[in-house]
Amino acid sequence: QLSLFRLTVKTPFRTSHSSVDSKEMKKFQLLAHKWWDEEGEYSALHSMNDIRVPFIRDTLLSMSSNYHLGNPLSGVKILDVGCGGGLLSEPLGRLGASVTGIDPLEDNIRTADQHKSFDPVLAKRIQYKSSSLEEIVEESMETFDVIVASEVVEHVADLETFIRCCCQVLKPEGSLFITTINRTQLSYVLGIVVAEKIMGIVPEGTHEWEKFVPPKELEHLLESNGFSVKTVKGMLYNPLSGSWSWMDSTSLNYAVHAVKSGAQGQSGPTDAPSETDTEQHSATAGTA
Amino acid sequence: SSAEMAAVLGRAVLAPLGPRLRARPRAPLRSAVSAASAPPLYDVVVSGGGMVGSAMAAVLGHDIHFHGKKIALLEAGPRKEYDHMPDSYSNRVSSVSPGSATLLSSFGAWDHVCSLRLKPFRRMQVWDACSEALIIFEKDDLDDMGYIVENDVIMSALTKQLDAVADRVEVFYRSRAVGYTWPLPSHSCDTSPWVQIELADGRRLQTKLLIGADGHNSVVRKEAEIKNIEHQYDQSAVVATLHLSEATDNNVAWQRFLPTGPIALLPLSDTASSLVWSTSHEHASELLAMDEESFVDSINSAFWSNVNHSDFIDTAGAMFRSAISFLKPSGTAVRQLPPSVAKVDPDSRAMFPLGMGHATEYVQHRVVLIGDAAHRVHPLAGQGVNLGFGDIACLAHHLSAAAFSGSDLGSLKHLLKFETERQRHNVSLVAATDVLKRLYSTRLTPLVLLRTWGLQVTNALPPVKVRI
Repeated sequence: QLSLFRLTVKTPFRTSHSSVDSKEMKKFQLLAHKWWDEEGEYSALHSMNDIRVPFIRDTLLSMSSNYHLGNPLSGVKILDVGCGGGLLSEPLGRLGASVTGIDPLEDNIRTADQHKSFDPVLAKRIQYKSSSLEEIVEESMETFDVIVASEVVEHVADLETFIRCCCQVLKPEGSLFITTINRTQLSYVLGIVVAEKIMGIVPEGTHEWEKFVPPKELEHLLESNGFSVKTVKGMLYNPLSGSWSWMDSTSLNYAVHAVKSGAQGQSGPTDAPSETDTEQHSATAGTA
Repeated sequence: SSAEMAAVLGRAVLAPLGPRLRARPRAPLRSAVSAASAPPLYDVVVSGGGMVGSAMAAVLGHDIHFHGKKIALLEAGPRKEYDHMPDSYSNRVSSVSPGSATLLSSFGAWDHVCSLRLKPFRRMQVWDACSEALIIFEKDDLDDMGYIVENDVIMSALTKQLDAVADRVEVFYRSRAVGYTWPLPSHSCDTSPWVQIELADGRRLQTKLLIGADGHNSVVRKEAEIKNIEHQYDQSAVVATLHLSEATDNNVAWQRFLPTGPIALLPLSDTASSLVWSTSHEHASELLAMDEESFVDSINSAFWSNVNHSDFIDTAGAMFRSAISFLKPSGTAVRQLPPSVAKVDPDSRAMFPLGMGHATEYVQHRVVLIGDAAHRVHPLAGQGVNLGFGDIACLAHHLSAAAFSGSDLGSLKHLLKFETERQRHNVSLVAATDVLKRLYSTRLTPLVLLRTWGLQVTNALPPVKVRI
């Protein structure tokens, strides 16, 4: 019954906003001032910090040998793409990182700027810019140690362009962290019907199931655009406790850590694309 | 002043942005103009520099995830110098549990305590003046059950450890907080999201998290409008430093329940003990007023006299005891005799009123209560400061994890976890102590029998004793 055709309609010509979808922007416009209400529309995103920040922090700590007491991410330059009101930028800034947060929606940037302004430490460590990823590529080639794109790729119009731009602004061997939603029957039932229409965990209309990204597709796009995928982990939201946890299955939400190949062009151990990838561009029913 | 000029100009410049800019009283203005005039911002401010407040600030100051954070401790009184401990003992002592000792050693304070002075005790004997019912607490492995430490010794150790992290923890002496301004939970555009603190001398501070450790009359609790369930006992505690008739190992803590209230003898050394005698206000005043000899006589009589026995109770108690020893031969303990007192240190007698209290909430957005500000108990269980140290261990654990995750320290999310954990622990103890106090404040035969048999059973059953 859920036999939907995934139409890979690409925009006929490339504009500087090619990964930004204007319909998406309108949706977020209405909620621009609600970001920082921890019990409000974005409460699930606030509580997601409890697993995504330790995930980013521990992955980066395990890859580096320095440790600054009290500032574990000191010296790390992070780009937070689709930063919204700054929910993820702020914890990363508190851990010592220099964060650049970009979001195409000016109202989001305004909210984010305003919220960080009261904390002098954060105000210095975080810079926000109203911009799409493409717009900063030229001036930021190989600038960042880390890119985080959390709850973003399910909203972009052209995922491959997005990933290519990430690769361009990332230093060699830099890390890319993505969290997003899988496109499965389960994610339709729980992620759209229950989360949006029944329980109101997510504001209605936030997500379009057709734009959810299966992990295999994401992995393939990453591997063929200069990345080596290191980790894929499933995430689960418990609406009763309002908290997130890790789980083995990636059928709902999941997180990915990928590393940009080094200057020699060496890829990681997960090289060869698997045969299942050829299914991705044909019409599919909701895959589990 | 230039700050006021900036404020006026700021408002004029930003006014066209519309009605969102209404300035609230006592809140800093938008950051663009507030850089010059905003009060200093701290990550954590602890209000109250007693044992619990000082230990809290010291624990955070020594936490590795708090390097680079700014902590302030506000104490209304002056800084006390503890360099030289006087030869005589102070009359305010605390019974420190092994768990509290562990907390104090985690940031280096316990070593200082040990190098000053303390008295470990191995055994607690608690018995009823109306019968001979008795319960003895003892650890099987000959470990210390607890330590009697003068409060001044604890404060000396804490002050030393605060000095050691002075780059991270700023202690403000003679700084009483007189007013607090709370932020809105989901802060709107232009008002400061921090807690504003006003000191008596007009200075102001801001903080992301306020920890109220300001005692059972907590101003933080009152200003936060947190309801407190409280009850004044019609009892005062008389404290004094006593000298024993003869030197002994003195490693037992003694407590006898008199109908007027419990009298306790806590060991300080082989020849000295500290008195804590909870009794009616009138009797307490009498005890303070009488001459030293009569005072010593009253104490010895309280521990030794059988005037409160009745034949009925004695017989009933003895019968019950033989029944128990028949069923469980090891279940009756060997009764030791408490030491007798020879004299009292002059000028060491003092009294203070007793009460119980429990805050209905321990936390609010950006505020948390610890120690007596959150819960106040009768000294009969020797728990008071240990509950506070337990609060510190729990709160420090949650704040450390929050700091390591880059969280906003004042966020209710982890503060509520602290509250749940501690309320679960504290409520039962505060309630049980209160029940014990009331149960033992009577001569009525049925209740005496009940508590007599209850105590004998408890003494005979190891699992129950261990839990206590």
